[in-house]
Amino acid sequence: MQHEDKTTAESTSISKELTIPKLFLEKANHYGKGRVAMREKEYGIWLPITWEDYLQNVKYIALGLVSLGLEKGDKVSMIGDNRPEGLWAEMAALCAGGIGVWLFQDCLIEEVRYIIDHSDTKFLFGEGQEEVDKALSIFNECPKLKKIIWDDAKGMRNYDQDYLISLKEVMQLGRELEQEQPNLFEELIQNGTGEEVALLFYTSGTTSAPKGALLSHNNMLTMGQHLMAVDPCKDTDDYVSYLPFAWIGEQMMSISCGLQIGYTINFPESPATAQENIREIGPHVMFAPPRMYEEMTRLVQVKYLDASWIKRKFFEISSKIGYHVANLNFEKKPVPAFWRLLEWLAYISVQKKLKDHLGLSRVRNAYTGGAAMGPDHFRFFHAMGVNLKQIYGQTEVAGISVVHRSGDIKFDTVGHPIPGTEIKITEEGEIITRSPSVFLGYYKNPEATEKALQDGWLYSDDKGFLDEDGHLVVFDRTKDVFTLSDGKPFSPQYMETRLKFSPYIKDSWVIGDKQPYITAVLCIDYKVVGKWADDKKLNYTSYPELSQKPEVYELVEKQIQEANQDLPGPAKVVKFTNLYKELDADDDELTRTRKLRRAFVTKRYEDIVNALYGDQDTVHIDTTINYEDGRQAHIKTDMQIITIQK
Amino acid sequence: MELEDISMYFGKVTALSGVNLKIRKGEIHSVIGPNGAGKTVMMNIINGLYHPQEGNIYYKGQRINHLSPHARAKLGLARTFQKVEVFGGMTVLDNIRLGRHIHFKSGIVSGAWYLGKTAREEIEHRRFIEEEIIDLLEIEQIRHKPVGMLPYGLQKRVELGRALALEPELLILDEPLAGLNLEEVEDMARFILDVNEEKRWKVTCLLVEHDMGVVMDLSKHVFVLNFGNMIIDGTPDEVQNNPEVIKAYLGEEDLYATRR
Repeated sequence: MQHEDKTTAESTSISKELTIPKLFLEKANHYGKGRVAMREKEYGIWLPITWEDYLQNVKYIALGLVSLGLEKGDKVSMIGDNRPEGLWAEMAALCAGGIGVWLFQDCLIEEVRYIIDHSDTKFLFGEGQEEVDKALSIFNECPKLKKIIWDDAKGMRNYDQDYLISLKEVMQLGRELEQEQPNLFEELIQNGTGEEVALLFYTSGTTSAPKGALLSHNNMLTMGQHLMAVDPCKDTDDYVSYLPFAWIGEQMMSISCGLQIGYTINFPESPATAQENIREIGPHVMFAPPRMYEEMTRLVQVKYLDASWIKRKFFEISSKIGYHVANLNFEKKPVPAFWRLLEWLAYISVQKKLKDHLGLSRVRNAYTGGAAMGPDHFRFFHAMGVNLKQIYGQTEVAGISVVHRSGDIKFDTVGHPIPGTEIKITEEGEIITRSPSVFLGYYKNPEATEKALQDGWLYSDDKGFLDEDGHLVVFDRTKDVFTLSDGKPFSPQYMETRLKFSPYIKDSWVIGDKQPYITAVLCIDYKVVGKWADDKKLNYTSYPELSQKPEVYELVEKQIQEANQDLPGPAKVVKFTNLYKELDADDDELTRTRKLRRAFVTKRYEDIVNALYGDQDTVHIDTTINYEDGRQAHIKTDMQIITIQK
Repeated sequence: MELEDISMYFGKVTALSGVNLKIRKGEIHSVIGPNGAGKTVMMNIINGLYHPQEGNIYYKGQRINHLSPHARAKLGLARTFQKVEVFGGMTVLDNIRLGRHIHFKSGIVSGAWYLGKTAREEIEHRRFIEEEIIDLLEIEQIRHKPVGMLPYGLQKRVELGRALALEPELLILDEPLAGLNLEEVEDMARFILDVNEEKRWKVTCLLVEHDMGVVMDLSKHVFVLNFGNMIIDGTPDEVQNNPEVIKAYLGEEDLYATRR
């Protein structure tokens, strides 16, 4: 089935000349004082920032950077929480002819050093004391770094290094420069072309050190245009920006799409209040990695377990109705009038409230991408009446290349390519993409570029196929695909997402490539299992202790048995164990976007893997772990190896 | 703030005998001593909960012996308690607002109608509470939660917030770190420093604390009390090297090692 995608008449046509700053200037002049470009919740109040304010701020920061010595092509890095200043800094860097680099807010010092050094960053925007401290500790190792700019004055009173400068001072320098050269800002913007590099984006890398993908203005803008052609947004829409800017999905929504449509971008008060703030705003469009939706699912499941009998019944009945209607929709069958009525009842009694609590009540389109999402989670949201769509994409295409269309959603596929994008499957089963958004190459890494870019096609390293309706199905990363005992290929990611549908399981790691059977290492959800243990009056003091309780093993076994259902014999999990700690990005076990680094954990937990394929009942663990605050703890425990009862 | 020859007896028990203390503006002055040394009694005297039998209390050169606690609060004296004394059923915001109550100037009539002056006043106070206190203490996410539901560490923060709502010039902190975990201690120590050093606040602090690491790091002067008698009042270095202090803490020397 092919889709005729309507391109709205007013949609921006993207010429080779158009750059992000040019479009920004045009939009800001068009909307001016009359429209709110972004909002930030501060001191308990949503404070609006108009397009004019946005323009003024960007202008003075850009000129300030020029006056500090920024030249065309210089790299400007940003680190910090989502806040207007972060976006201003990025836009200002682009306007001044610089190249933007984003770092994850929670990057460790070593990661910061690597990226700042590798990208040849000249200016670093940090938010406050924490970021400045990180930057100071690496300053001497990064000779290209000139200035560190901060905007949150809290705790900064005793810092007086001459390479530190506040955002206010930068803007003051900008104002002074404007006095001398009033037209400089416009000239700088007119100077650029669409084919120049706009962003240097570091991919999270499940196997190696991060690679820096070079994205042009044209890459970013065509991406936004094509996505918005599929699901148009209005300039009166609201969007909440709370995911790291260092994730391409957030760039796509805030810059590529946000700028073209002109919707209002809302910033939460603090990361801890994000969920609450989303509810207050009620965004019209949402794009988040699966873990966000997994968290929402878990929240609902846990609240359900806690609710009174009558509320539970209501929820059960309404989700039965929801699932039934969702299944009819998936099968593209008409929904009979009777079921429509029931659906309406379910909506007014349960779903409306539920969606409101999750901040989903106004969402027209919710997207998920960046990692695999389990079909169970996916169906859960459709049963609630949320139009959740899978996307497929990567940093190297400036965002996404494939997406579901409304009314044509299958929970095991990722949909059709967006306009201007071609998808092919190579003979080896690898997914390759060609579109105007395909990136320019990796920074300082010609070998990787050569591997990824061949004749204008982007080689993804993902295995997949097209189904009978032309939907793309993504199987798994090529190197991750398992061969089962019966010789068939198997996607560990699929099993892992199924296991994670249980509210008790936070992370899972499935093992079994070329092995006689499949095994799993699981991380329990401390909060949920802890609550469960409290109710059962089980005593525990810590995660390691709770995870090794026989009762908890029984609980987890039940969850696995459920996930094992309707899977062919060789694909079923046969043995499992509960890990004594949670997997953590700070320990290199996960990437910053929480993808499992399979090769690393396999090496790190070699003993556990061996035990799962041996005939032992326990693995002895004797190790030291580092806490975030620098303390160390010695852990001595025995992990059980459990064989699942058929 | 000055205490001059203060003595306080409960029946025949001498809680404080002839104590002299001088707190200079803008400093963090700590009071340490073994349990039962009379530290909290001293705080209660400064705060006005107790009235000493002998001696004088001066605040900004004015003798304030006779003033009640709320009158002293108006002069700019605020305190937190060793065991948190917050209103558990009220929200964080309401608790902090209570601390602000003393600064409301409009009368009962305009208050009842909530017109003109009162409304304006309330908006102004709200700004102060939201923008300065909640932002400083990083408690945005719990603004509307009942305090009783919060973990102890956060309750302590709320209590500090309430004391700050008074906009005090002298803040008495009675064991602000007791019962907190390492991370909470670090946060709280930072807040105390912020309040003391940040231009906006510049609050003089009188700190009673057992955590020697924090006391020695933060304080300009340390006052050591033992069984109602002053042992020494000096800089942290002087105190650490004073043989009598070491004697008073004999067997408790480990205290110096904790969290250092």
